[in-house]
Amino acid sequence: MTTMTRLEYPDLPGLIDRMSGAEKHTPASQSTTDVLWVLYDEILNVSPSTVDDPLRDRFLLSKGHGPMAYYAVLAAKGFIDPAELDTWATYDSRLGQHPDRVLIPGVEIAAGSLGHGLPLGIGMALGLRAQGNSTSRIVVLTGDAELDEGSNHEAIQVAARLNLGRLTTVVVDNSSASLGWPGGIADRFEREGWDAVTVDGRDHRVLADALRDKPGTRPRAVIARVEPKHLFQ
Amino acid sequence: MDMRDTFLTDISAAIDTDPRIALVLADISAVAVEDVALRHPDQVINVGIREQTLIGVAGGLALTGLRPVAHSYAPFLIERPFEQVKLDFGHQDTGAVLVSIGGSHEWTEGGRTHMSPGDVALLDTLPGWTVHVPGHAAEVRELLADALLRDDRIYLRLNIRANRVPHLGSGFQTIRQGTAGVVLAVGPMLDSVLEATAGRDLTVLYASTIRPFDGVRLRSAVWDARPDVAVVEPYLRGTSSHFVNDALADVPHRVLSLGIRRDTEIRRYGTPEQHDTAHGIDPDGLRTAFDGFFSVN
Repeated sequence: MTTMTRLEYPDLPGLIDRMSGAEKHTPASQSTTDVLWVLYDEILNVSPSTVDDPLRDRFLLSKGHGPMAYYAVLAAKGFIDPAELDTWATYDSRLGQHPDRVLIPGVEIAAGSLGHGLPLGIGMALGLRAQGNSTSRIVVLTGDAELDEGSNHEAIQVAARLNLGRLTTVVVDNSSASLGWPGGIADRFEREGWDAVTVDGRDHRVLADALRDKPGTRPRAVIARVEPKHLFQ
Repeated sequence: MDMRDTFLTDISAAIDTDPRIALVLADISAVAVEDVALRHPDQVINVGIREQTLIGVAGGLALTGLRPVAHSYAPFLIERPFEQVKLDFGHQDTGAVLVSIGGSHEWTEGGRTHMSPGDVALLDTLPGWTVHVPGHAAEVRELLADALLRDDRIYLRLNIRANRVPHLGSGFQTIRQGTAGVVLAVGPMLDSVLEATAGRDLTVLYASTIRPFDGVRLRSAVWDARPDVAVVEPYLRGTSSHFVNDALADVPHRVLSLGIRRDTEIRRYGTPEQHDTAHGIDPDGLRTAFDGFFSVN
Protein backbone atom coordinates (compact mmCIF):
# COMPACT_ATOMS: atom_id res chain seq x y z
CA MET A 1 0.00 0.00 0.00
CA THR A 2 1.49 3.31 -0.98
CA THR A 3 1.02 6.42 1.07
CA MET A 4 -2.07 8.34 0.00
CA THR A 5 -1.65 12.02 -0.62
CA ARG A 6 -4.75 14.14 -0.26
CA LEU A 7 -6.25 14.77 -3.67
CA GLU A 8 -8.79 17.41 -4.59
CA TYR A 9 -11.24 18.22 -7.36
CA PRO A 10 -8.61 19.76 -9.66
CA ASP A 11 -6.76 16.44 -9.52
CA LEU A 12 -9.66 14.48 -11.04
CA PRO A 13 -8.86 15.11 -14.74
CA GLY A 14 -5.35 13.82 -14.16
CA LEU A 15 -6.73 10.71 -12.51
CA ILE A 16 -9.19 10.19 -15.36
CA ASP A 17 -6.37 10.57 -17.86
CA ARG A 18 -4.69 7.53 -16.32
CA MET A 19 -7.65 5.48 -17.60
CA SER A 20 -8.91 7.34 -20.65
CA GLY A 21 -6.50 5.64 -23.05
CA ALA A 22 -8.83 2.66 -22.86
CA GLU A 23 -12.03 4.51 -22.12
CA LYS A 24 -15.30 3.48 -23.66
CA HIS A 25 -17.87 6.12 -22.69
CA THR A 26 -16.14 9.46 -22.21
CA PRO A 27 -19.21 11.73 -22.16
CA ALA A 28 -21.11 9.57 -19.70
CA SER A 29 -18.09 9.36 -17.47
CA GLN A 30 -17.52 13.06 -17.42
CA SER A 31 -21.18 13.96 -16.99
CA THR A 32 -21.09 12.45 -13.50
CA THR A 33 -17.81 13.98 -12.30
CA ASP A 34 -19.25 16.91 -10.37
CA VAL A 35 -22.11 15.00 -8.78
CA LEU A 36 -19.71 12.26 -7.67
CA TRP A 37 -17.24 14.74 -6.26
CA VAL A 38 -19.86 16.64 -4.27
CA LEU A 39 -21.33 13.38 -2.95
CA TYR A 40 -18.03 11.99 -1.71
CA ASP A 41 -16.58 15.34 -0.65
CA GLU A 42 -19.54 16.84 1.21
CA ILE A 43 -22.54 14.53 1.45
CA LEU A 44 -21.92 10.84 1.96
CA ASN A 45 -21.00 9.55 5.41
CA VAL A 46 -18.59 6.89 4.22
CA SER A 47 -14.81 6.63 4.12
CA PRO A 48 -12.24 3.95 3.34
CA SER A 49 -12.29 2.95 7.02
CA THR A 50 -16.08 2.60 7.20
CA VAL A 51 -16.91 0.58 4.06
CA ASP A 52 -18.29 -2.23 6.25
CA ASP A 53 -19.90 -0.02 8.92
CA PRO A 54 -23.63 -0.83 9.08
CA LEU A 55 -24.35 2.86 9.72
CA ARG A 56 -22.49 4.12 6.63
CA ASP A 57 -24.29 5.83 3.79
CA ARG A 58 -24.64 3.67 0.68
CA PHE A 59 -23.90 5.05 -2.78
CA LEU A 60 -25.13 2.94 -5.70
CA LEU A 61 -23.76 3.78 -9.13
CA SER A 62 -26.63 2.32 -11.14
CA LYS A 63 -25.34 3.82 -14.36
CA GLY A 64 -22.35 1.53 -14.26
CA HIS A 65 -20.98 2.36 -17.67
CA GLY A 66 -18.46 5.15 -17.91
CA PRO A 67 -17.04 4.65 -14.41
CA MET A 68 -13.83 6.62 -14.87
CA ALA A 69 -15.08 9.59 -12.89
CA TYR A 70 -16.26 7.21 -10.17
CA TYR A 71 -12.89 5.48 -9.92
CA ALA A 72 -11.13 8.85 -9.99
CA VAL A 73 -13.21 10.08 -7.05
CA LEU A 74 -12.70 6.81 -5.17
CA ALA A 75 -8.97 7.19 -5.73
CA ALA A 76 -8.98 10.82 -4.64
CA LYS A 77 -10.81 9.85 -1.46
CA GLY A 78 -8.49 6.95 -0.65
CA PHE A 79 -10.78 3.99 -1.41
CA ILE A 80 -8.35 2.77 -4.08
CA ASP A 81 -4.72 3.52 -4.80
CA PRO A 82 -4.35 6.00 -7.70
CA ALA A 83 -1.68 3.72 -9.12
CA GLU A 84 -4.35 1.10 -9.64
CA LEU A 85 -6.04 3.36 -12.17
CA ASP A 86 -3.23 2.51 -14.59
CA THR A 87 -4.40 -1.11 -14.62
CA TRP A 88 -7.94 -0.19 -15.63
CA ALA A 89 -9.89 -2.76 -17.63
CA THR A 90 -6.99 -5.19 -17.85
CA TYR A 91 -7.36 -8.85 -16.95
CA ASP A 92 -5.87 -8.63 -13.48
CA SER A 93 -7.40 -5.26 -12.58
CA ARG A 94 -10.22 -4.77 -10.11
CA LEU A 95 -11.36 -1.77 -12.14
CA GLY A 96 -13.54 -2.82 -15.06
CA GLN A 97 -15.60 -0.76 -17.45
CA HIS A 98 -18.43 -1.70 -15.16
CA PRO A 99 -17.70 -1.62 -11.39
CA ASP A 100 -17.97 -4.78 -9.31
CA ARG A 101 -18.71 -4.63 -5.58
CA VAL A 102 -17.08 -8.01 -5.07
CA LEU A 103 -13.75 -6.67 -6.33
CA ILE A 104 -13.62 -3.12 -4.93
CA PRO A 105 -14.15 -2.24 -1.25
CA GLY A 106 -16.56 0.66 -0.98
CA VAL A 107 -18.42 -0.14 -4.19
CA GLU A 108 -21.93 -1.08 -3.06
CA ILE A 109 -23.30 -2.83 -6.16
CA ALA A 110 -21.99 -4.54 -9.25
CA ALA A 111 -23.54 -2.52 -12.07
CA GLY A 112 -23.47 -2.37 -15.85
CA SER A 113 -26.86 -3.51 -17.01
CA LEU A 114 -29.12 -0.48 -16.70
CA GLY A 115 -32.11 -0.26 -14.40
CA HIS A 116 -30.91 -2.41 -11.51
CA GLY A 117 -29.70 0.21 -9.02
CA LEU A 118 -32.98 1.76 -7.99
CA PRO A 119 -34.81 -1.51 -7.15
CA LEU A 120 -31.70 -2.68 -5.29
CA GLY A 121 -31.60 0.65 -3.47
CA ILE A 122 -35.21 0.26 -2.42
CA GLY A 123 -34.41 -3.17 -1.04
CA MET A 124 -31.46 -1.73 0.86
CA ALA A 125 -33.58 1.08 2.29
CA LEU A 126 -36.22 -1.44 3.37
CA GLY A 127 -33.59 -3.75 4.82
CA LEU A 128 -31.95 -1.02 6.86
CA ARG A 129 -35.34 0.21 8.08
CA ALA A 130 -36.26 -3.32 9.16
CA GLN A 131 -33.05 -3.42 11.17
CA GLY A 132 -33.80 -0.14 12.91
CA ASN A 133 -31.21 1.86 11.00
CA SER A 134 -32.71 5.29 10.39
CA THR A 135 -29.27 6.88 10.06
CA SER A 136 -27.90 5.63 6.75
CA ARG A 137 -28.86 7.22 3.48
CA ILE A 138 -29.14 5.35 0.19
CA VAL A 139 -28.11 7.44 -2.82
CA VAL A 140 -28.61 5.97 -6.29
CA LEU A 141 -27.11 7.59 -9.39
CA THR A 142 -28.88 7.02 -12.72
CA GLY A 143 -28.84 8.72 -16.09
CA ASP A 144 -31.70 10.22 -18.04
CA ALA A 145 -31.30 7.52 -20.72
CA GLU A 146 -31.13 4.82 -18.07
CA LEU A 147 -34.60 5.94 -17.00
CA ASP A 148 -35.86 4.39 -20.24
CA GLU A 149 -35.65 1.03 -18.48
CA GLY A 150 -39.08 0.11 -17.15
CA SER A 151 -37.65 -1.29 -13.93
CA ASN A 152 -36.93 2.29 -12.85
CA HIS A 153 -40.56 3.22 -13.20
CA GLU A 154 -41.69 0.27 -11.13
CA ALA A 155 -39.21 1.42 -8.51
CA ILE A 156 -40.16 5.10 -8.67
CA GLN A 157 -43.75 4.10 -7.94
CA VAL A 158 -42.84 1.80 -5.08
CA ALA A 159 -40.33 4.00 -3.26
CA ALA A 160 -42.66 6.84 -2.34
CA ARG A 161 -45.59 4.59 -1.51
CA LEU A 162 -43.38 2.75 0.98
CA ASN A 163 -42.24 6.08 2.49
CA LEU A 164 -38.54 5.58 1.86
CA GLY A 165 -37.35 8.93 3.10
CA ARG A 166 -33.75 7.73 3.38
CA LEU A 167 -33.57 7.14 -0.38
CA THR A 168 -32.25 9.71 -2.84
CA THR A 169 -31.99 9.29 -6.60
CA VAL A 170 -29.67 11.51 -8.58
CA VAL A 171 -30.49 11.59 -12.26
CA VAL A 172 -27.58 12.97 -14.25
CA ASP A 173 -29.41 14.40 -17.24
CA ASN A 174 -27.26 14.89 -20.32
CA SER A 175 -30.25 14.71 -22.68
CA SER A 176 -29.24 11.31 -23.97
CA ALA A 177 -32.63 9.55 -23.70
CA SER A 178 -33.42 8.77 -27.34
CA LEU A 179 -37.13 9.56 -27.06
CA GLY A 180 -36.77 12.28 -24.45
CA TRP A 181 -38.86 12.99 -21.34
CA PRO A 182 -41.68 15.38 -22.37
CA GLY A 183 -42.67 17.45 -19.35
CA GLY A 184 -39.34 16.84 -17.67
CA ILE A 185 -37.83 14.15 -15.51
CA ALA A 186 -38.67 15.71 -12.16
CA ASP A 187 -42.36 15.46 -13.03
CA ARG A 188 -42.11 11.64 -13.21
CA PHE A 189 -40.89 11.53 -9.64
CA GLU A 190 -43.16 14.22 -8.23
CA ARG A 191 -46.37 12.66 -9.46
CA GLU A 192 -45.35 9.43 -7.72
CA GLY A 193 -44.82 11.20 -4.41
CA TRP A 194 -41.15 12.11 -4.43
CA ASP A 195 -39.66 15.47 -3.58
CA ALA A 196 -37.86 16.46 -6.76
CA VAL A 197 -35.57 19.31 -7.67
CA THR A 198 -33.74 20.15 -10.89
CA VAL A 199 -30.34 21.76 -10.55
CA ASP A 200 -27.20 22.62 -12.49
CA GLY A 201 -25.18 19.42 -12.44
CA ARG A 202 -21.91 21.35 -12.68
CA ASP A 203 -22.53 23.79 -9.78
CA HIS A 204 -21.07 22.31 -6.62
CA ARG A 205 -22.88 24.69 -4.28
CA VAL A 206 -26.38 24.00 -5.61
CA LEU A 207 -25.64 20.31 -5.94
CA ALA A 208 -24.59 20.17 -2.29
CA ASP A 209 -27.72 22.05 -1.22
CA ALA A 210 -29.93 19.68 -3.21
CA LEU A 211 -28.18 16.54 -1.99
CA ARG A 212 -27.92 17.47 1.69
CA ASP A 213 -29.85 15.25 4.08
CA LYS A 214 -33.39 16.36 4.80
CA PRO A 215 -35.89 14.93 7.27
CA GLY A 216 -39.13 13.38 6.14
CA THR A 217 -40.69 10.27 4.71
CA ARG A 218 -40.61 11.20 1.04
CA PRO A 219 -37.77 9.95 -1.14
CA ARG A 220 -35.87 12.67 -2.94
CA ALA A 221 -34.94 13.03 -6.61
CA VAL A 222 -32.21 15.42 -7.72
CA ILE A 223 -32.13 16.00 -11.46
CA ALA A 224 -28.62 17.21 -12.25
CA ARG A 225 -28.61 18.75 -15.69
CA VAL A 226 -25.35 18.84 -17.64
CA GLU A 227 -24.35 19.55 -21.22
CA PRO A 228 -26.18 17.46 -23.84
CA LYS A 229 -24.22 14.36 -24.66
CA HIS A 230 -23.83 15.17 -28.35
CA LEU A 231 -21.56 18.11 -27.57
CA PHE A 232 -18.89 15.60 -26.66
CA GLN A 233 -19.17 13.50 -29.81
CA MET B 1 -52.54 -28.62 3.80
CA ASP B 2 -50.97 -28.35 0.34
CA MET B 3 -47.46 -27.16 -0.42
CA ARG B 4 -48.40 -23.51 -0.93
CA ASP B 5 -50.42 -23.33 2.30
CA THR B 6 -47.58 -25.02 4.14
CA PHE B 7 -45.11 -22.49 2.80
CA LEU B 8 -47.30 -19.52 3.70
CA THR B 9 -48.00 -20.87 7.18
CA ASP B 10 -44.37 -21.66 7.88
CA ILE B 11 -42.94 -18.43 6.49
CA SER B 12 -45.40 -16.47 8.64
CA ALA B 13 -44.28 -18.36 11.74
CA ALA B 14 -40.64 -17.84 10.82
CA ILE B 15 -41.14 -14.09 10.44
CA ASP B 16 -42.72 -14.02 13.89
CA THR B 17 -39.56 -15.41 15.43
CA ASP B 18 -36.68 -14.39 13.15
CA PRO B 19 -36.12 -10.66 12.47
CA ARG B 20 -33.66 -11.58 9.72
CA ILE B 21 -36.32 -12.94 7.35
CA ALA B 22 -38.15 -10.70 4.89
CA LEU B 23 -40.89 -11.89 2.53
CA VAL B 24 -41.29 -10.02 -0.76
CA LEU B 25 -44.46 -10.42 -2.81
CA ALA B 26 -45.91 -9.08 -6.04
CA ASP B 27 -49.58 -9.39 -5.00
CA ILE B 28 -49.66 -13.18 -5.44
CA SER B 29 -50.40 -14.73 -2.01
CA ALA B 30 -50.49 -11.30 -0.30
CA VAL B 31 -53.93 -11.89 1.20
CA ALA B 32 -52.71 -15.07 2.87
CA VAL B 33 -50.04 -13.21 4.85
CA GLU B 34 -52.08 -10.16 5.86
CA ASP B 35 -51.91 -11.04 9.54
CA VAL B 36 -48.17 -11.43 9.76
CA ALA B 37 -47.76 -8.32 7.61
CA LEU B 38 -49.66 -6.34 10.23
CA ARG B 39 -47.44 -7.72 12.99
CA HIS B 40 -44.19 -7.21 11.06
CA PRO B 41 -44.76 -4.56 8.38
CA ASP B 42 -41.03 -4.16 7.74
CA GLN B 43 -40.60 -7.86 7.03
CA VAL B 44 -43.52 -8.44 4.66
CA ILE B 45 -43.23 -6.27 1.56
CA ASN B 46 -45.77 -6.30 -1.25
CA VAL B 47 -44.50 -4.27 -4.22
CA GLY B 48 -47.65 -4.77 -6.27
CA ILE B 49 -47.55 -6.38 -9.70
CA ARG B 50 -43.95 -5.40 -10.39
CA GLU B 51 -41.76 -8.45 -10.79
CA GLN B 52 -38.52 -6.69 -11.71
CA THR B 53 -38.83 -4.80 -8.44
CA LEU B 54 -39.83 -8.00 -6.63
CA ILE B 55 -36.42 -9.47 -7.41
CA GLY B 56 -34.45 -6.24 -7.18
CA VAL B 57 -35.85 -5.47 -3.75
CA ALA B 58 -35.00 -8.98 -2.59
CA GLY B 59 -31.47 -8.38 -3.83
CA GLY B 60 -31.23 -5.11 -1.92
CA LEU B 61 -32.51 -6.72 1.27
CA ALA B 62 -29.82 -9.37 0.96
CA LEU B 63 -27.18 -6.66 0.61
CA THR B 64 -28.16 -5.41 4.07
CA GLY B 65 -27.80 -8.87 5.61
CA LEU B 66 -31.44 -9.95 5.69
CA ARG B 67 -32.63 -13.29 4.33
CA PRO B 68 -35.09 -12.39 1.55
CA VAL B 69 -37.79 -14.77 0.39
CA ALA B 70 -39.45 -13.80 -2.90
CA HIS B 71 -42.56 -15.61 -4.03
CA SER B 72 -44.84 -15.69 -7.06
CA TYR B 73 -46.01 -17.91 -9.89
CA ALA B 74 -42.99 -19.53 -11.51
CA PRO B 75 -43.18 -17.61 -14.82
CA PHE B 76 -43.36 -14.28 -12.98
CA LEU B 77 -40.67 -15.19 -10.46
CA ILE B 78 -38.05 -16.70 -12.79
CA GLU B 79 -38.80 -16.03 -16.45
CA ARG B 80 -40.09 -12.46 -16.50
CA PRO B 81 -37.39 -10.95 -14.25
CA PHE B 82 -34.65 -13.39 -15.23
CA GLU B 83 -31.94 -10.76 -15.66
CA GLN B 84 -32.66 -9.57 -12.12
CA VAL B 85 -32.36 -13.17 -10.92
CA LYS B 86 -29.01 -13.34 -12.69
CA LEU B 87 -27.54 -10.00 -11.61
CA ASP B 88 -29.23 -9.02 -8.34
CA PHE B 89 -28.13 -12.11 -6.36
CA GLY B 90 -25.21 -14.13 -7.70
CA HIS B 91 -23.48 -11.22 -9.42
CA GLN B 92 -23.76 -9.25 -6.16
CA ASP B 93 -22.39 -12.26 -4.25
CA THR B 94 -25.61 -12.56 -2.25
CA GLY B 95 -28.38 -15.10 -1.96
CA ALA B 96 -32.13 -15.44 -1.53
CA VAL B 97 -34.89 -17.99 -1.36
CA LEU B 98 -37.17 -17.93 -4.40
CA VAL B 99 -40.41 -19.85 -3.85
CA SER B 100 -42.56 -20.54 -6.88
CA ILE B 101 -45.96 -22.05 -7.42
CA GLY B 102 -47.50 -23.20 -10.68
CA GLY B 103 -44.42 -24.79 -12.18
CA SER B 104 -44.93 -26.88 -15.23
CA HIS B 105 -48.65 -27.51 -15.63
CA GLU B 106 -50.37 -27.10 -12.32
CA TRP B 107 -53.05 -24.57 -13.19
CA THR B 108 -53.89 -26.08 -16.55
CA GLU B 109 -57.17 -24.24 -16.86
CA GLY B 110 -55.10 -21.06 -16.92
CA GLY B 111 -53.05 -22.16 -19.90
CA ARG B 112 -49.53 -21.38 -21.06
CA THR B 113 -49.09 -17.98 -19.40
CA HIS B 114 -49.05 -19.47 -15.90
CA MET B 115 -46.71 -22.37 -16.73
CA SER B 116 -42.93 -22.29 -16.53
CA PRO B 117 -41.50 -25.63 -17.65
CA GLY B 118 -38.16 -23.94 -18.38
CA ASP B 119 -37.48 -22.51 -14.93
CA VAL B 120 -35.01 -25.15 -13.78
CA ALA B 121 -33.21 -25.10 -17.14
CA LEU B 122 -32.88 -21.32 -16.85
CA LEU B 123 -31.42 -21.51 -13.35
CA ASP B 124 -28.97 -24.09 -14.69
CA THR B 125 -27.40 -21.25 -16.67
CA LEU B 126 -26.39 -19.55 -13.40
CA PRO B 127 -23.85 -20.77 -10.86
CA GLY B 128 -24.66 -21.62 -7.29
CA TRP B 129 -28.40 -22.26 -7.27
CA THR B 130 -29.82 -25.07 -5.18
CA VAL B 131 -33.07 -26.34 -6.69
CA HIS B 132 -35.62 -28.11 -4.53
CA VAL B 133 -38.61 -29.81 -6.18
CA PRO B 134 -40.50 -31.23 -3.20
CA GLY B 135 -43.08 -33.92 -3.75
CA HIS B 136 -44.98 -33.46 -0.50
CA ALA B 137 -45.91 -30.67 1.91
CA ALA B 138 -43.86 -32.27 4.69
CA GLU B 139 -40.81 -32.00 2.46
CA VAL B 140 -41.58 -28.31 1.87
CA ARG B 141 -41.56 -27.76 5.60
CA GLU B 142 -38.11 -29.28 6.02
CA LEU B 143 -36.55 -27.70 2.92
CA LEU B 144 -37.89 -24.23 3.75
CA ALA B 145 -36.67 -24.37 7.35
CA ASP B 146 -33.18 -25.22 6.14
CA ALA B 147 -33.23 -22.58 3.40
CA LEU B 148 -34.14 -19.82 5.85
CA LEU B 149 -31.07 -20.54 7.96
CA ARG B 150 -28.66 -20.21 5.06
CA ASP B 151 -27.33 -17.33 2.96
CA ASP B 152 -27.02 -18.91 -0.46
CA ARG B 153 -29.28 -19.08 -3.49
CA ILE B 154 -32.18 -21.48 -3.24
CA TYR B 155 -35.12 -22.14 -5.54
CA LEU B 156 -38.06 -23.92 -3.93
CA ARG B 157 -40.46 -25.09 -6.63
CA LEU B 158 -43.87 -25.90 -5.14
CA ASN B 159 -46.57 -27.98 -6.79
CA ILE B 160 -50.27 -28.37 -6.26
CA ARG B 161 -50.16 -32.11 -6.75
CA ALA B 162 -48.17 -34.23 -4.31
CA ASN B 163 -47.08 -37.79 -3.69
CA ARG B 164 -49.05 -39.87 -1.19
CA VAL B 165 -46.23 -40.01 1.34
CA PRO B 166 -43.25 -37.73 1.98
CA HIS B 167 -39.64 -38.84 1.69
CA LEU B 168 -37.60 -36.69 4.01
CA GLY B 169 -33.87 -36.59 3.78
CA SER B 170 -31.19 -35.20 1.52
CA GLY B 171 -29.71 -36.48 -1.70
CA PHE B 172 -31.24 -39.09 -3.98
CA GLN B 173 -33.12 -41.65 -1.92
CA THR B 174 -33.59 -45.28 -2.91
CA ILE B 175 -37.30 -46.02 -2.92
CA ARG B 176 -37.15 -49.39 -4.66
CA GLN B 177 -34.24 -51.67 -5.52
CA GLY B 178 -33.95 -53.56 -8.81
CA THR B 179 -31.35 -54.79 -11.29
CA ALA B 180 -32.61 -54.03 -14.80
CA GLY B 181 -32.06 -50.27 -14.64
CA VAL B 182 -32.55 -47.08 -12.66
CA VAL B 183 -35.41 -44.59 -12.76
CA LEU B 184 -34.82 -41.20 -11.14
CA ALA B 185 -38.15 -39.61 -10.18
CA VAL B 186 -38.06 -35.90 -9.38
CA GLY B 187 -40.50 -34.46 -6.82
CA PRO B 188 -44.18 -34.92 -7.64
CA MET B 189 -43.41 -37.44 -10.41
CA LEU B 190 -42.69 -40.19 -7.88
CA ASP B 191 -46.16 -41.69 -7.50
CA SER B 192 -46.65 -41.96 -11.25
CA VAL B 193 -43.21 -43.55 -11.55
CA LEU B 194 -43.99 -46.05 -8.79
CA GLU B 195 -47.25 -46.99 -10.52
CA ALA B 196 -45.51 -47.34 -13.88
CA THR B 197 -42.68 -49.48 -12.46
CA ALA B 198 -44.87 -51.74 -10.29
CA GLY B 199 -43.78 -55.34 -10.80
CA ARG B 200 -40.70 -54.30 -12.79
CA ASP B 201 -37.19 -55.18 -11.66
CA LEU B 202 -36.09 -51.53 -11.57
CA THR B 203 -34.37 -49.32 -9.02
CA VAL B 204 -36.35 -46.16 -8.28
CA LEU B 205 -34.45 -43.17 -6.92
CA TYR B 206 -36.26 -40.12 -5.60
CA ALA B 207 -35.02 -36.53 -5.62
CA SER B 208 -36.66 -33.65 -3.80
CA THR B 209 -33.43 -31.73 -4.41
CA ILE B 210 -32.24 -31.89 -8.02
CA ARG B 211 -29.46 -29.27 -7.76
CA PRO B 212 -26.91 -30.02 -6.64
CA PHE B 213 -27.28 -33.26 -8.60
CA ASP B 214 -26.44 -36.29 -6.47
CA GLY B 215 -24.16 -37.97 -9.00
CA VAL B 216 -22.51 -40.07 -6.30
CA ARG B 217 -25.78 -41.75 -5.40
CA LEU B 218 -26.66 -42.27 -9.06
CA ARG B 219 -23.30 -43.95 -9.66
CA SER B 220 -23.79 -46.33 -6.78
CA ALA B 221 -27.30 -47.17 -8.02
CA VAL B 222 -25.92 -47.90 -11.48
CA TRP B 223 -23.22 -50.06 -9.87
CA ASP B 224 -25.96 -52.34 -8.53
CA ALA B 225 -28.07 -52.39 -11.70
CA ARG B 226 -27.78 -52.28 -15.46
CA PRO B 227 -26.48 -48.79 -16.46
CA ASP B 228 -29.73 -47.77 -18.14
CA VAL B 229 -31.07 -44.58 -16.53
CA ALA B 230 -34.46 -42.96 -17.02
CA VAL B 231 -35.00 -39.48 -15.58
CA VAL B 232 -38.57 -38.28 -15.04
CA GLU B 233 -38.77 -34.56 -14.32
CA PRO B 234 -41.84 -32.31 -13.89
CA TYR B 235 -40.30 -29.64 -16.16
CA LEU B 236 -38.56 -29.68 -19.54
CA ARG B 237 -37.49 -33.19 -20.48
CA GLY B 238 -33.75 -33.66 -20.53
CA THR B 239 -33.06 -30.80 -18.12
CA SER B 240 -30.84 -33.10 -16.02
CA SER B 241 -29.48 -35.27 -18.84
CA HIS B 242 -26.08 -33.63 -18.86
CA PHE B 243 -25.76 -34.21 -15.13
CA VAL B 244 -26.47 -37.91 -15.65
CA ASN B 245 -23.86 -38.03 -18.40
CA ASP B 246 -21.31 -36.21 -16.25
CA ALA B 247 -21.94 -38.55 -13.30
CA LEU B 248 -21.49 -41.59 -15.56
CA ALA B 249 -18.79 -40.14 -17.80
CA ASP B 250 -16.58 -43.22 -17.42
CA VAL B 251 -19.41 -45.76 -17.50
CA PRO B 252 -21.02 -46.96 -20.74
CA HIS B 253 -24.67 -46.07 -20.15
CA ARG B 254 -27.97 -45.21 -21.78
CA VAL B 255 -30.27 -42.34 -20.80
CA LEU B 256 -33.99 -41.85 -21.33
CA SER B 257 -35.20 -38.30 -20.63
CA LEU B 258 -38.85 -37.81 -19.78
CA GLY B 259 -40.67 -34.65 -18.78
CA ILE B 260 -42.39 -31.71 -20.40
CA ARG B 261 -42.19 -31.80 -24.19
CA ARG B 262 -39.88 -29.29 -25.85
CA ASP B 263 -41.10 -29.75 -29.42
CA THR B 264 -44.56 -28.29 -29.09
CA GLU B 265 -46.78 -26.08 -26.97
CA ILE B 266 -49.78 -28.01 -25.66
CA ARG B 267 -52.46 -25.42 -26.42
CA ARG B 268 -55.07 -27.06 -24.18
CA TYR B 269 -56.78 -26.38 -20.84
CA GLY B 270 -58.37 -29.24 -18.86
CA THR B 271 -56.66 -31.01 -15.97
CA PRO B 272 -53.02 -31.56 -14.98
CA GLU B 273 -53.59 -35.29 -15.48
CA GLN B 274 -54.64 -34.67 -19.09
CA HIS B 275 -51.47 -32.64 -19.60
CA ASP B 276 -49.41 -35.45 -18.06
CA THR B 277 -50.85 -37.69 -20.73
CA ALA B 278 -50.06 -35.15 -23.47
CA HIS B 279 -46.43 -35.05 -22.30
CA GLY B 280 -46.18 -38.82 -21.91
CA ILE B 281 -45.59 -38.69 -18.17
CA ASP B 282 -48.84 -40.16 -16.87
CA PRO B 283 -48.46 -43.74 -15.52
CA ASP B 284 -49.50 -45.31 -18.82
CA GLY B 285 -47.16 -43.12 -20.83
CA LEU B 286 -44.28 -43.78 -18.47
CA ARG B 287 -44.92 -47.53 -18.54
CA THR B 288 -44.84 -47.53 -22.34
CA ALA B 289 -41.62 -45.52 -22.38
CA PHE B 290 -39.97 -47.73 -19.75
CA ASP B 291 -40.99 -50.91 -21.59
CA GLY B 292 -39.37 -49.59 -24.73
CA PHE B 293 -36.18 -48.53 -22.98
CA PHE B 294 -35.40 -51.08 -20.30
CA SER B 295 -34.74 -54.74 -20.96
CA VAL B 296 -37.48 -55.85 -18.61
CA ASN B 297 -40.00 -58.62 -18.88
